[in-house]
Amino acid sequence: MSTNVQKFPSQFPIPGGPAAGPVLDPRFPAHIGAPGGKIGPVAVGRPIRAVSPQTSKVGLSDICLSYRTQTGTRLLALDHINLQVHPGEFVCIVGPSGCGKSTLLHLIAGLQPQTSGQILIDGTPVQGPGTDRILIFQEHGLFPWLTVGQNVEFGMKMKGVPKAEREEKTRYYLRLVHLAKFEKSYIHQLSGGMRQRVAIARALATEPDVLLMDEPFAALDAQTRDLLHDELERIWSETGRTIIFVTHNVREAIRLGDRVVLLTFRPGRVKSEFPVDLPRPRQLEDPTVARAAREILDELRDEINRSLEAEYNEGVKPHVEPGVEAGSQL
Amino acid sequence: MKRAARYIVFYAALFGLWTLLAELKIWPPYLFPTPWGVGQALYAGFQDHSYLIAIRVSMQRVLIGYGISVVLGMILGLGVASNKFLEETMGGLLVSLQSLPSICWWPLALLWFGLNQNAILFVVIMGSLLSVTLAMEDGRKQMPKIFGQAGRNLGAKGFKLFWYVLLPASLPFIVSGLKQGWAFAWRSLITAEMLYLSLGLGQVLMMGRDLNDMSSVIAVMFLIIAIGYLVDGIVFKGMERHLQNRWGLTPAS
Repeated sequence: MSTNVQKFPSQFPIPGGPAAGPVLDPRFPAHIGAPGGKIGPVAVGRPIRAVSPQTSKVGLSDICLSYRTQTGTRLLALDHINLQVHPGEFVCIVGPSGCGKSTLLHLIAGLQPQTSGQILIDGTPVQGPGTDRILIFQEHGLFPWLTVGQNVEFGMKMKGVPKAEREEKTRYYLRLVHLAKFEKSYIHQLSGGMRQRVAIARALATEPDVLLMDEPFAALDAQTRDLLHDELERIWSETGRTIIFVTHNVREAIRLGDRVVLLTFRPGRVKSEFPVDLPRPRQLEDPTVARAAREILDELRDEINRSLEAEYNEGVKPHVEPGVEAGSQL
Repeated sequence: MKRAARYIVFYAALFGLWTLLAELKIWPPYLFPTPWGVGQALYAGFQDHSYLIAIRVSMQRVLIGYGISVVLGMILGLGVASNKFLEETMGGLLVSLQSLPSICWWPLALLWFGLNQNAILFVVIMGSLLSVTLAMEDGRKQMPKIFGQAGRNLGAKGFKLFWYVLLPASLPFIVSGLKQGWAFAWRSLITAEMLYLSLGLGQVLMMGRDLNDMSSVIAVMFLIIAIGYLVDGIVFKGMERHLQNRWGLTPAS
């Protein structure tokens, strides 16, 4: 299990940028309302982060997961995954389909037990689901029998938060995702992008330390996705949450992440980690993002080829995930 | 408009045929009553409150029996759906038991509970329990897994998970089973009531036979049909419409 670490230097040094200026916490909201919004370069340095496992927000050590297939053989899905995520860090996990990246999120969320290894949240082992880490599903998983407001309120209601406080926080988080007007709407009345924003508000409303996002924007059109990237980055900055974001789209990972972790195809192992030192906010179409993506894609391509080979051998019709294909057309 | 016209034509024809046959007096009126006779019987039955009492008694029984069925059936169905052992063993048993007409439980019920209301309730429960159980089992399986995961993820567990997530999430998939359970409960009730002096609609029906009063027999049959139809049309259709609107299963207008 070799883990090589590569660095992407910022291609366009900014006056007052990370090198020269004061170190700014990305959570510090001062830069959010910068004139020109996303067009103007914004100086965001990296906060100093401790690397010792004790101060990790999420610590995965030697996570293995195997399960029995229908034919009775045991399949190793995740193989000794080690990963430390620091408080407030935005980590993206990429890998070909079938590498177990979604499963890894389910394990961290406590929805499923791992076969061996340990998951620590603030040093405490995960035992089942907890509202300190909320998973956002690709298919949003909102409750169609509840209004938007009731959906956002749900986690707080389960926790026993008093009604007045719930209502206030629901309004606050709906405003945060720009959906205040839709509090009384039902889920089916919203567009795909709005639903995903409700899902984010619902997750944030339980005030988790960790947001686990499982390809949340994969089913959305490009414009909506760009918009939600901006919003997610803004919300992340404003709330200081730790985010683990799973995607098969490498450029999305670089657009958003402080660090990109590449998993191998079946069994899923950590192949490499790439710290992303590009200034924020980034754009999907930035040449720096594209350049960074190319290097990860080169490594990812081997894994995709392996997954295709495996599918041929298994007699399954191969398919390339749309995001991977789009990413390779850089 | 056209549909209404078709309705009117159909029922007018049916009514006309009935009147014609009755007026021809092929059979004596006490065997084949006229529509007016039935109307009079209905009027008289409501006048002396005997129908109202019968409806109240029957409705009370069916609500209790059906209510117990729904609660038990949901628990059973959920248990069967979420436990592989139960599913393999009980699943088949439940399906085969459903072929047994619920009134077959009557002799047992008499011995166990005696000749009283509990015996009737037992038959009603046995009539509708299986439908509800099978519907719940099926609904739990058809329900998208993501709702349960999202619920647990947001901190719901145990009864709260069932009440706030699993139950509402499976409702669209079990509403037809609940409806079927209601129909079985209603039929079982009337059957059981006919077998014993019970004050309910079934007994009033049998009383008409004992008195050779076909007008009142048919009047009570109308009542039984009307109540079954009303509950179906108001309660279950309303529930279906409500679910469709909430879930967006039909284009929202």
